[in-house]
Amino acid sequence: MEIPFVAKARPDTGLYNAKVGIWLFLASEVMLFGAIFSAYILLRVGADPGTWPHGLLNIPIGTFNTAVLITSSVTVVLGWSALKMGNFAAYRKYQAVTILCALGFLGIKTFEYREKFGHYEVWLKNPITVKHGDKDVQTDRLLGHIDYKGAHPLFWKTATLAGAPEVKDKSGKVVKAAVPPVESFKFEPDPYHYTMSSKEIYEAKKHAAGQPHTPIEIKSADVKRLSAFVPAHGTYFAIYFTLTALHGLHVLVGALVIAYIWGPGAKMWRTNPEQYMNRVEVSGLFWHFVDLVWIFLFPVLYLL
Amino acid sequence: MSDAHSHADIKKHVRIYLAVFVALLVGTIITVWLNYFHFDSVVLTVSIALFVATIKAALVAGFFMHLISEKKAIYAMMAATVFFFAAMMYLTVWAREQVPKGSQYTGDKHVPYPAANGGAY
Repeated sequence: MEIPFVAKARPDTGLYNAKVGIWLFLASEVMLFGAIFSAYILLRVGADPGTWPHGLLNIPIGTFNTAVLITSSVTVVLGWSALKMGNFAAYRKYQAVTILCALGFLGIKTFEYREKFGHYEVWLKNPITVKHGDKDVQTDRLLGHIDYKGAHPLFWKTATLAGAPEVKDKSGKVVKAAVPPVESFKFEPDPYHYTMSSKEIYEAKKHAAGQPHTPIEIKSADVKRLSAFVPAHGTYFAIYFTLTALHGLHVLVGALVIAYIWGPGAKMWRTNPEQYMNRVEVSGLFWHFVDLVWIFLFPVLYLL
Repeated sequence: MSDAHSHADIKKHVRIYLAVFVALLVGTIITVWLNYFHFDSVVLTVSIALFVATIKAALVAGFFMHLISEKKAIYAMMAATVFFFAAMMYLTVWAREQVPKGSQYTGDKHVPYPAANGGAY
């Protein structure tokens, strides 16, 4: 049996099947992202004054990534237009740019994630004096980078400082050597803390620009808590990683679908061009939605 | 889109797409640029950022996704989506006085809950 309205539109609605399908799917996607977004609102509103981190994400990189995603969105629609005019070669070129932009976006996001995994907040038992901009500030909470034996470790947490005993399997063979405890580590403190206002952070960063970091030595015994900028750091990074990772997954899946239609799926252009154009349009609709989500995520997570 | 589109129509559309592309880039730059002003009012900052984002989203949905000239059935679906989305967002307003407090992980016993020492770490 042949399924009706796969290529041609249904006369009464003027829609082919996949068009209805993708819009219903996008409706459910709106609710998915909306639900997590509402969680963000609640967490943000519930945060004690001055505790919501801001100014921790890289705005130039985020802006650039926004531009990359917008570019990919316009090449999708230009590619589809080219196909509508029967110009398959131009469509191929435009969609190649789309796929490259998608990979670029994911690459940049990976770099950003990695930066966060190696950026720390340390809570000290007793306040010490550090420079915030041109001011000397007494604080027991520092942001910065760990320098341990010349390396910048990722994912350290409070428990890491205690080291780890050796792990043996059932026969008594050592499968994981013991990790000695960290007595102390070098810490390169940032010249700001997110409890400052965004203006103060901006001024402090500007003042400190170009000046060398002066690492301080922190004894593990003085550390109350240590956390990289991972979801466990607090609700801000928890919701940041949830939203951006879910969005990143959408970018990945969208890119795979577009790449399939662009590559191996392109045979259909010769056998059934109408249905092929539908596929390109529907995958494009999904792609624009992914762009649309990012349009909200970028200001909300990076700027506010 | 319907099949009735002539090549001239599509060429006109391409110009619109490019204009929207430029508008989106300009919108992004405006949002980031405004961020450097550091308004004292949080409400103002949030309102402006979300206002620009909404315009950008409308441009993408309207022109890239062709919502500006879609079929009735799609509009019906979108109306339902908007209704339920608005209802879900209203839940956050509804829960305003009952939000979970605090933004820090407090699982470690030796980390005092902020409220225990007057809300400050």
